Amino acid sequence: MSTSDKPAFHIPSDPWISLRAHTDARIALGRVGAGLPTNASLDFKLAHAHARDAIYSTLDNAALTTALETLGLSVLSLQSQVQTRQEYLQRPDLGRRLNAASRKKIETLLPGTADVSIVFADGLSAEAVNLHAVHVLAQLLPALAAAGLSTAPVVLADQARVAIADDIGSLLKAELSLIFIGERPGLTSPHSLGAYLTYHPKPGLTDESRNCISNIRPEGLVYADAAQKIFYLVAESLRRKLSGVMLKGEGGLLAGEK
Amino acid sequence: MAYQHTIRHHVYNFQDLKTVLAKASPFRSGDALAELAAHTYEERVAAQMTLANISLNVFLREAIIPYERDEVTRLIIDSHDASAFSVIQHFTVGEFRNWLLSDTTNAAMLHAVSPGITPEMAAAVSKLMRNQDLIAVAQKCEVVTQFRNTLGLKGRFSTRLQPNHPTDDPRGIAASMLDGLLYGSGDAVIGINPATDSPSAVTKLLHMMDALRQQFDIPTQSCVLCHVTLALEVMQRQAPVDLVFQSIGGTEKTNQSFGISLSLLHEAYEAALSLQRGTVGNNVMYFETGQGSSLSAQAHEGVDQQTCEARAYAVARKFKPLLVNSVVGFIGPEYLYDGKQITRAALEDHFCAKLLGLPMGVDVCYTNHAEADQDDMDNLVTLLGVAGCNFIMGVPGADDIMLNYQSTSFHDALYVRQVLGLRPAPEFEAWLMQQGLMDAYGKMLPPQASHRLLKEMKV
Repeated sequence: MSTSDKPAFHIPSDPWISLRAHTDARIALGRVGAGLPTNASLDFKLAHAHARDAIYSTLDNAALTTALETLGLSVLSLQSQVQTRQEYLQRPDLGRRLNAASRKKIETLLPGTADVSIVFADGLSAEAVNLHAVHVLAQLLPALAAAGLSTAPVVLADQARVAIADDIGSLLKAELSLIFIGERPGLTSPHSLGAYLTYHPKPGLTDESRNCISNIRPEGLVYADAAQKIFYLVAESLRRKLSGVMLKGEGGLLAGEK
Repeated sequence: MAYQHTIRHHVYNFQDLKTVLAKASPFRSGDALAELAAHTYEERVAAQMTLANISLNVFLREAIIPYERDEVTRLIIDSHDASAFSVIQHFTVGEFRNWLLSDTTNAAMLHAVSPGITPEMAAAVSKLMRNQDLIAVAQKCEVVTQFRNTLGLKGRFSTRLQPNHPTDDPRGIAASMLDGLLYGSGDAVIGINPATDSPSAVTKLLHMMDALRQQFDIPTQSCVLCHVTLALEVMQRQAPVDLVFQSIGGTEKTNQSFGISLSLLHEAYEAALSLQRGTVGNNVMYFETGQGSSLSAQAHEGVDQQTCEARAYAVARKFKPLLVNSVVGFIGPEYLYDGKQITRAALEDHFCAKLLGLPMGVDVCYTNHAEADQDDMDNLVTLLGVAGCNFIMGVPGADDIMLNYQSTSFHDALYVRQVLGLRPAPEFEAWLMQQGLMDAYGKMLPPQASHRLLKEMKV
């Protein structure tokens, strides 16, 4: 505790601090010797802590199942071939395939065909899925229904990479797979959701076969806009019977998209 | 050719040179992912003992990727300097390590031998070295390059000012540039990773940086880190290109995945040279590399990631670059899992590049899914400062808001300069003093609100 005869150690702020209005970059932090002032140092640590916690967060299967069932969807919980988070981070190949028990689970369902298979996957931030995925889907479903498109049971996939949707979509005999997955957390965006769609999903496809909508979060691409973009991509993909680089033009935009 | 080594009646067989190299590599997740890593600790040391007994001559006879199939191999073999090699040609890899470390081997000798060393020889000897060996030998090397200032001199430590912005907003970029300059950063280059890779966006950024440099007469160079084909395009339209940037890899297929070839790089090199924008020298290329890029592009040809990385340096040295850096921790934990692996890889990359005569810097960095934090980066940047690394990155608060990873901050560079008694490039240092940003003892001075840069710079 500081007393009046011992004044607090004062650090002058950088005179260009007003330039922070132009960027989210960590400018004008001030310095103590060559070091960061205590507050700036702890601010950074907190942002990193949020990102690290996001990496190790897990899908809230109970809450997600309840929410999805409320939307009139049936839900299936499945796992990739990954056993631990440490393995997940080092073996992307194992995160792309369902484990044997999960395959069996789908096969015993004897699925019919569906237009769209929907997957919620933890990816690198399960918390992003917990927070945002149901909200986006709730806005997307009416558009899908109005277009007469059927959906397969929603899969909650643990320890999963984007390409697990190929495995799931093909087993569910879906025309198109749509996966919502937690993106790699940034210091300013630990809970950002990505959505990827693939026409005629099957194991072995690579990134050029997919289309991606990223940065879905209230401070980024908001739910309604994300749902609208996804629906547009889904409709175009099914109409033109393709996805990926062929669906998007050179500038990464669909015809008519600005 | 097959190799073998026996430890306590267990005979280890290695089917060829690239297998020995891979199994001898200190453990990292990328080699395990590629199924190239040694299966046990003993097998790794057996491979290292095998490697230690292989003659350097063998590396000229046994190409790890066939000559006929790979233009990087052809470049390595065709540009090999036999007379420079003559000093070390009778050595085994183990003897080469001893020679590199010995008191009698000095900077001039290393410089003279460098064109006779192939990337595979450098990678091989690095696999027998501890971190302290990698630091000790790199620290002997001095690789100096010039454009508008002089980089890589002993006792100097430079930074690339990296003022990235997620939408290339000119005011956002200018704010970060100003922040960096006021913290004494930017002598290696002011280099922007553009969010939009279009000719008009790149040209706009180039003009903006060039105007700033001229307005304040800053003895440095600028670069927009776009693809080399785009740089060629904007150079044809008279955009002010100081340095041509490109990411490069160590196999022909990796470079194909980057959309480049040696002939394309040569075309860009000639175009940049012809602009004659350098004042004190004419090193006009800037390359980035990083372990794991070949595996990531499925283009590693069964070669371990550190050896692939060293082969990229053969590509770099053909074009006499001003700057080369490994973006060591950017690639993610499936290639370099944690702070220990990132640290080891960075020291290997810096050592191999310096041995091969390159002006090596390191982007000391990590992503949020790597098992690493600021403490790991503090350790690494200190080690690299001791090793004589030419430059690191300078990012506001270490947080790159465009590429979403953590690199080194302006503060980090000041810390390294302070604790190790290092200084910026001489021309840039003189400019900092002129601007009243640094005193005669090399100490940074806090700028007043009335400072010229703050009053006159357009943000």
